[in-house]
Amino acid sequence: MNIPFTLSSAVEPLPQAHAIPLDQLDVSDPRLLEQNIWPDYFKRLRDEAPIHYLPASPFGAFWSITRFDDIKFVDSNWKLFSSEPVIVIGDRTEDMELDMFIAMDPPKHDQQRKAVQGVVAPANLTQMEGLIRQRVGSILDNLPIGESFNWVEHVSVELTSQMLATLFGFPFEDRHKLIYWSDMATAVPEMTGAICDPEERMSAMGECAKTFSGLWHQRAAEQAAGQPPGFDLIQLLQNNEDTKDLIERPKEFLGNLILLIVGGNDTTRNSISGGVHALNQFPAEFDKLRADPGLIPNMVSEIIRWQTPLAHMRRIATEDVQMHGQTIRKGDKVVMWYLSGNRDERVIDQADHFMIDRHNARQHLSFGFGIHRCMGNRLAEMQLRVLWEEILQRFHWIEVVGEPEYVRSNFVKGFKSLPVKIHPK
Amino acid sequence: MPQITFIEYSDKSHCVDAETGKSLMQIAIDHGIPGIDADCGGSCACGTCHVIVHETWQGKLPTAQEEEMAMLDMTPEPQPGSRLSCQLTVTDALDGLVVRLPEFQM
Repeated sequence: MNIPFTLSSAVEPLPQAHAIPLDQLDVSDPRLLEQNIWPDYFKRLRDEAPIHYLPASPFGAFWSITRFDDIKFVDSNWKLFSSEPVIVIGDRTEDMELDMFIAMDPPKHDQQRKAVQGVVAPANLTQMEGLIRQRVGSILDNLPIGESFNWVEHVSVELTSQMLATLFGFPFEDRHKLIYWSDMATAVPEMTGAICDPEERMSAMGECAKTFSGLWHQRAAEQAAGQPPGFDLIQLLQNNEDTKDLIERPKEFLGNLILLIVGGNDTTRNSISGGVHALNQFPAEFDKLRADPGLIPNMVSEIIRWQTPLAHMRRIATEDVQMHGQTIRKGDKVVMWYLSGNRDERVIDQADHFMIDRHNARQHLSFGFGIHRCMGNRLAEMQLRVLWEEILQRFHWIEVVGEPEYVRSNFVKGFKSLPVKIHPK
Repeated sequence: MPQITFIEYSDKSHCVDAETGKSLMQIAIDHGIPGIDADCGGSCACGTCHVIVHETWQGKLPTAQEEEMAMLDMTPEPQPGSRLSCQLTVTDALDGLVVRLPEFQM
């Protein structure tokens, strides 16, 4: 049963997790992330109902999977748990009926993913590192010193938009459009509980499709005129047998582009912000970092666990599945709450502590497991590593000087703003 | 105890005594061999314990199951002899096995 959505943006404080009867506990409420009160809700499910069924919510009935090992089981069994037709908790609105490979099962998924995964393959990344370092340096060198500013806008968004423009061969001066389209695509109230005007969204998606279709034809014309092929995502799609006619399938064309934009946008952006925030909550960790910059790669994994920029992925059971004595029926909606699994004390020692020297820091759920595992994981890690290497060269401390604002969504776990002040070395 | 040789991408070689019954991935982790991430802890779910089995050994190992093939299929640079080391169990029959590590894990 779907409960209709109200688009109220008023902030009404939600009850404490223990004050709600277990069978009514609704972790799909997008205000849990917005008000940053999600940890207790998910801890209660992990401890008392690791496989939890909610018969009615604004997103319909769904099962919540909240423990690390159970999530790993569901995520790596694509035959039992299908990714079609969509991987967020809410069903698609008519205007968002797009086809993308993250929401396809094999064999179609495999063909389309293979066409583009080369662009972020580790071998290509070493060539990108110099460029990223240069851009990071330029962004950091232009930040105001000693005065308060929004880290999200000036660093996280700026760096990710520059990277996206490069990956797509997109006009650099228009790069903020990519961020805007990505934000619009994830902010569908019926799908993720976010807030967004449907007309604005439809117009943004239309503009996105039109712009990329222009870019596609421009690249095709350049190649036809004898220019050597490049390695941006558009040209990789054009030069692959399975995707060379993608433009003739508009829902797949726009869908896969949106997937690649969102994949490189919200995730890295919010991990960039989340790292600064976490180091302020656990300032002794920043002391450790200053004392041993060699901890940066390990810290990057810990930041990605701690932030878990995408809170969930959803599946549909393809047959009856028994878990913890309960039967998930064929056709049921199953939601893997990555943000909960990443705080599961059964698997992660002192899971509610941010520790940059954590043992086994790489063993987190943020990239997912199985055939849909994040394709850009190494690019994300590299961007964050370079960012922190360059930060340590320049700054003594990045101080959070006010309350952050969080995104309202049950999918994007992110920051709207993070006021900071920089203290130079 | 069977002996297994891991060769890093840089050609640096590590010959180790391997406990039977453990996975090849676990042996590499236990001996601190660099180049194996094993992000999923050995569940055939991340593809980051990729090794390339030496050609003289390629026909002598148990064949990869469907799950392993599916994960290996996502490796950007697959090679003949590509396997996930978490899916290979050490037995006495593996004495003398040589595997190379790829330049990058996916």
